[in-house]
Amino acid sequence: MLELLIVSTLNGVLYGMLLFLMASGLTLIFSMMGVLNFAHASFYMLGAFFGYQISRYTGFWIGLVAAPLVVGGLGALVERYGLRNVHRHGHVPELLFTFGLAYVIEEVVQMIWGKLPVDYRVPPLLDFPAFTIFDTNYPAYKLFMLAVSVAIFVGLLLVLARTRIGLIIQAALTHPNMVGMLGHDVAKVFMLVFGVGTGLAAVAGVIAGPSLVTQSNMAGLLGPILFVVVVVGGLGSLTGAFVASLLIGLVQTFAVSLDVSVSSVAQALGITAQPAGGVLGDLWTVTIAQIGPVIPYLLLVVVLIARPTGLLGNREA
Amino acid sequence: MNGSIAGRALAGMIALGAAFAGTTALAAPATLKIAFVDPLSGGGASTGEAGLKTFQYMAEQNNAKNPDLKLEVTGYDNKLNPQESLVQIQKAIDSGARVVVQGNGSSVAAAIIDFVSKYNDRNPGKEILYLNYAAVDPALTNAKCNYWHFRFDANSDIKMAALTNFIKGKPEVKKVYLINQDYSFGQAVRSAARAMLKEKRPDIQIVGDEVAPLQKVNDFSPYIAKVKASGADSIITGNWGQDMSLLLKAAADAGLQANFYTYYGGGAGAPTAIKQTNLADKIFQIAEGYANIPYPPGHEFEKAFRARVGQELIYPRVVNLMNILVKAAGQAKSTDPKAIAKAMEGIHNDTLYGQDSFMRPDDHQLFQTMYISSFGPIDTAKNFDSENTGWGWKGIGEIVAKDTVVPTTCKMDRPS
Repeated sequence: MLELLIVSTLNGVLYGMLLFLMASGLTLIFSMMGVLNFAHASFYMLGAFFGYQISRYTGFWIGLVAAPLVVGGLGALVERYGLRNVHRHGHVPELLFTFGLAYVIEEVVQMIWGKLPVDYRVPPLLDFPAFTIFDTNYPAYKLFMLAVSVAIFVGLLLVLARTRIGLIIQAALTHPNMVGMLGHDVAKVFMLVFGVGTGLAAVAGVIAGPSLVTQSNMAGLLGPILFVVVVVGGLGSLTGAFVASLLIGLVQTFAVSLDVSVSSVAQALGITAQPAGGVLGDLWTVTIAQIGPVIPYLLLVVVLIARPTGLLGNREA
Repeated sequence: MNGSIAGRALAGMIALGAAFAGTTALAAPATLKIAFVDPLSGGGASTGEAGLKTFQYMAEQNNAKNPDLKLEVTGYDNKLNPQESLVQIQKAIDSGARVVVQGNGSSVAAAIIDFVSKYNDRNPGKEILYLNYAAVDPALTNAKCNYWHFRFDANSDIKMAALTNFIKGKPEVKKVYLINQDYSFGQAVRSAARAMLKEKRPDIQIVGDEVAPLQKVNDFSPYIAKVKASGADSIITGNWGQDMSLLLKAAADAGLQANFYTYYGGGAGAPTAIKQTNLADKIFQIAEGYANIPYPPGHEFEKAFRARVGQELIYPRVVNLMNILVKAAGQAKSTDPKAIAKAMEGIHNDTLYGQDSFMRPDDHQLFQTMYISSFGPIDTAKNFDSENTGWGWKGIGEIVAKDTVVPTTCKMDRPS
């Protein structure tokens, strides 16, 4: 049991940190634009595919640096020439723009790389078990993913809280007009935030690509969970996104390992009566492991009802 | 709309041609359009793509040497979704297809059976035929059996009976963990495994029984952690496609040392993952064939197939299916699905590996010799390896067709 607890915690924290890499950018962009960027997970996918393509020529490490830069640059261009023009017409066109962009990116990726998963490998340097707990190996690459995510989280916090740029960004997010009056180029700040946000999603893509599966539907698989994270954490709150990412990561991992159902709880309490069958019978015997994938969305609904601002946010979703 | 009219006109012409040709030969040259409806995107894509390539290769081979019958295979991406499949089949019918082939996902298969049966009731004279090459939920030839559906893969119960017979003779198997996909087929595997193990090896403890969402899991590490904690020495799984290769990949990462009894350990991507796990001779597969069966014509086929397609033959049953289809069309002297279906009932055919196989008229289930093989290092100079790993499948046991027969509850409605 202890073994399962430790391994699941490691897996959960890792998955949570990966979510955070993406949610951090998404939540910053939300504070800035006031709308959710539906194409955010698509930039994560682009990161994975660019990383794969670059790594084929130069090896993994250059891909790790170059792919996020390229994707971040692309993100900045999207903000400058796409979103900024649409912004004038209000929030709904912005939302539709990002929505359409997600489809365009998916189709383009399918056209270039096809629909099959690509063979994106863990670099040989990290392809060994890092340590063994209770004779379960923990791959070095996963530790590396964890280290990168933590380093970026700390770096982001330091930049935002301790530097002048961070100060201006924070001010521009809440009082753009005032910051503009003080002589700062707010438009450029927004472009920077969008570029860095999408670049962070790309970092997540590059490091997750070899460990998970790099294929054209990976954005679709992760996108919905991302919205759960930013809404539960509180829209626009970086710390909230951090807490919610870890929460969702752990909940999803532990849900898999719990074979508890209503019937097993009832048995433990000494109740032997049970419904004969049908829908009630199914509900009686379904385990938490089986409903695991739904739990984050249940959490989303509960949070929206009980606390619309999210765990740490201060404005309503 | 144009396509639809042209398609119907073509189908009509074929039917007319067949009628004029009388009893001597096929209306020469007749064309039979086959719609391949399976996932060509998402988690099942690698499996679907391998199937499509095999069908197209077989059509190409047939067209080269059979001037009377031209086979045309077109791929339609159903995204592993029953609803989408029906849309795609309608599209295929509109462009003239009279035969539908599908295999991935028994949930999809059930929807297609339903659709085809209704369509044929409403469109007499324009019937379509559904040839199922891989959906193995037993219900499809029992409770849900239908005259227009023919299954060319052994159903899940037949495979599980063979696997459990094999496990019966392995006393080192003590704790078994079941991991399957959460849909009709996965449920069929887990219940059959439970029932048959209980009967044949009551001493075996089932320490876990898991179902995971179909082709949606990115990382099986949490599941593998659970397997480790349970102390299982063997895993039984019906996983296929990405769910199989990722399960093995996660097992490799965690260094899990267990035997895997699989239905689809030979599926696309899985051999590469097994090689990475370095679990020599610990992955077992039950299937209707593997490359190294000692039968020279089979080896020649494998060699030619690899040279042309660029990957190994994963679906010997597709070869059998296409041979039977051509044989039945020849016997019926027609490309009309109704006549083909009639000829196909009870047909006998030698498999790719030279063994007799037969279609049971009662439920349209094909019975064929089944093989259990294991994956490990081989001499690549003499044997075929898989996915260029240097490892290949080695024979462990075989069960001849007549010993795989299981009873059916099918009560089939036959067209008059």
